[in-house]
Amino acid sequence: MALLEVRDLKMYYKTLRGHVKAVDSVSFDIERGKALGIAGESGCGKTSMAVTVLRLLPSNGKIHGGSVKLDGVDIVKLDDEEFRKSIRWKKISMVFQGAMNALNPVHRVGDQIVEAILAHEDVSHQEAVTRAEELLDMVGINPKRYKEYPHEFSGGMKQRVVIAMALACNPDVIIADEPTTALDVMVQSQVLKAMEDLRKRLDLSMILITHDLSVIAQTCDNIAIMYAGKIVEYGNVIDVFDHPTHPYGMGLVKSFPNIKAERTRVRSLPGFPPNLLAPPKGCRFHPRCPLAGDICMEEEPELIEIGSNSHKVACHKVDMLERGVDIWEQ
Amino acid sequence: MGAVSATEQERSVGHGEVILDVENLVKYFPLRRGIGQSLRREPERAVKAVDGVSFNVKKGELFGVVGESGCGKTTMGRTILRLLEPTAGRVTFEDIEVTALSVEQLKQLRTRMQIIFQDPYESMNPRLDVHRIIAEPLRIQGMVSNSKDAIPYIEKALEDVEMTPPEEYLYRYPHELSGGQRQRIAVARALVLNPEFIVADEPVSMLDVSIRGEILNLMLNLSRERGVTFLYITHDLATARHICDRIAVMYLGKMVEKGPTDSLVKHPLHPYTRALIGAVFVPDPKRKGFGKVLKGEVPSPVDPPSGCRLHPRCPIAQDICKEVEPELVSADDNHMVACHFALG
Repeated sequence: MALLEVRDLKMYYKTLRGHVKAVDSVSFDIERGKALGIAGESGCGKTSMAVTVLRLLPSNGKIHGGSVKLDGVDIVKLDDEEFRKSIRWKKISMVFQGAMNALNPVHRVGDQIVEAILAHEDVSHQEAVTRAEELLDMVGINPKRYKEYPHEFSGGMKQRVVIAMALACNPDVIIADEPTTALDVMVQSQVLKAMEDLRKRLDLSMILITHDLSVIAQTCDNIAIMYAGKIVEYGNVIDVFDHPTHPYGMGLVKSFPNIKAERTRVRSLPGFPPNLLAPPKGCRFHPRCPLAGDICMEEEPELIEIGSNSHKVACHKVDMLERGVDIWEQ
Repeated sequence: MGAVSATEQERSVGHGEVILDVENLVKYFPLRRGIGQSLRREPERAVKAVDGVSFNVKKGELFGVVGESGCGKTTMGRTILRLLEPTAGRVTFEDIEVTALSVEQLKQLRTRMQIIFQDPYESMNPRLDVHRIIAEPLRIQGMVSNSKDAIPYIEKALEDVEMTPPEEYLYRYPHELSGGQRQRIAVARALVLNPEFIVADEPVSMLDVSIRGEILNLMLNLSRERGVTFLYITHDLATARHICDRIAVMYLGKMVEKGPTDSLVKHPLHPYTRALIGAVFVPDPKRKGFGKVLKGEVPSPVDPPSGCRLHPRCPIAQDICKEVEPELVSADDNHMVACHFALG
């Protein structure tokens, strides 16, 4: 059994103009110690999916169905207080986007980690301080800097502090939302390496949310590509990067510039993502898809397994998509 | 979008004439001293954003300037256009010495040199519609007397950025456009004066990867078909690798290496360039693992390290690196590097 099983999860934001279906029937599994990358353009629902799993929803966001099973227990059914006490941070924690803003500028860095520990664990202040120092050391920051303020830290160090905070209560699953997006390439590499080492050492499962496919390729086991609130392609990173099969997945993978490849024209995907207040009928990708036919405008495709190795694709034209044929080649 | 082969791209530029020549450009931002510091007559300190940079750009070329945040690449781009006044150095555009021009002369030169800013969400007045955004440079330059006269110019600029039919976009506001469309408007605004040279400062970093190609290919087409010269400033070596003819790498206000794109990316000479390329992730799961990166982080540009600025982080540094600043020297044709040990 997978550690985390998400089934048909739906989360809509209520607005004056109707429901925004930000997460619409999303299903995936994560095994212990594995990393799943979630990719997609901005506004495709990646971050919404993460905050839904952690139930950190704004007041207009509501779960409209589905289940999230952690070790077999459906955590969507838990009441808020129980969820806060037993799940959030203890079992599943999160590294937020933009470390610069995730830390409070007027509190000492160490105290902020202590605060997270004391909020969730029944330990003395002194124990929490010791633990915070261990955590800083674990992410490669000298524990002597416990008493410094966030402005005395560089961007990469702040991001490490946020990671240390996420590890404060020994969670099983970490959700990292664009953990390195604002960082320079070299610092990004340092931070991701630190995360990778910790993940292996602590046998953590991770959901890595990013628009940067190269980060997923190099750090994750599986990848889910989201489009307009749905997963359109899912599989092992090697299968998906070698044979991206959904037209959107293929376009996304092929438009990503690769510095190690020969020089080519940078590709792009024509058009832009739909408004989620009124997503297109049928397959949500049909207005941008070169293969779209009548059925695509009417019926929503299911995520079905192709080949082996649980590579899944949600496309009516999957039979036409012979592996290796580049439908975006013009 | 047919594939343009690398050789085809390079052949079309060849050994053109120099359009922009930058000589020993320096830009310091003085730091304010506290009252105590002034009373004690402590020396004035400054952020040495650009500290003696020399290079030239050829006509019709796409010249990339790559570096991490704080390396001075944006300051350099703005100083070249004199949006910031240089502290020292000389910039020559064709035969005009930009750094010696009066304000009035500079305004005239703006018809030939333009800039595209990073953020398409903030570089446009949200209260102006597309035609007024694009008409603004024409109006400032006195090329049209009212917005009606400007329409033909604007329609042409919109066609140039492949926003067709132009009538459809003329009266829209920025919030009605997608990020990629806004950045096209920013390019159209820069193009409407028919400039020969454009500084593109991180034009795609705020855009989704899937639409970056549109803007990059637009720049490539403008350079190949219209002979517009670009200075492409970016932190992203991967995109620079795909569109630039030559690339220069900056570190702490200095140029550490420059050369033809293929040569620089495939055979980087400077330890910094090597680390930078090694740190770039590639969308290929078979290359798992992390490249070797430099230890530590970029030091403050207020007190940059003595000698070679990379020496505290450099894996091959020796005593000489702490004392003597390396000059940019030629490794082979056109490929230059500033390192005491890069050349064997």
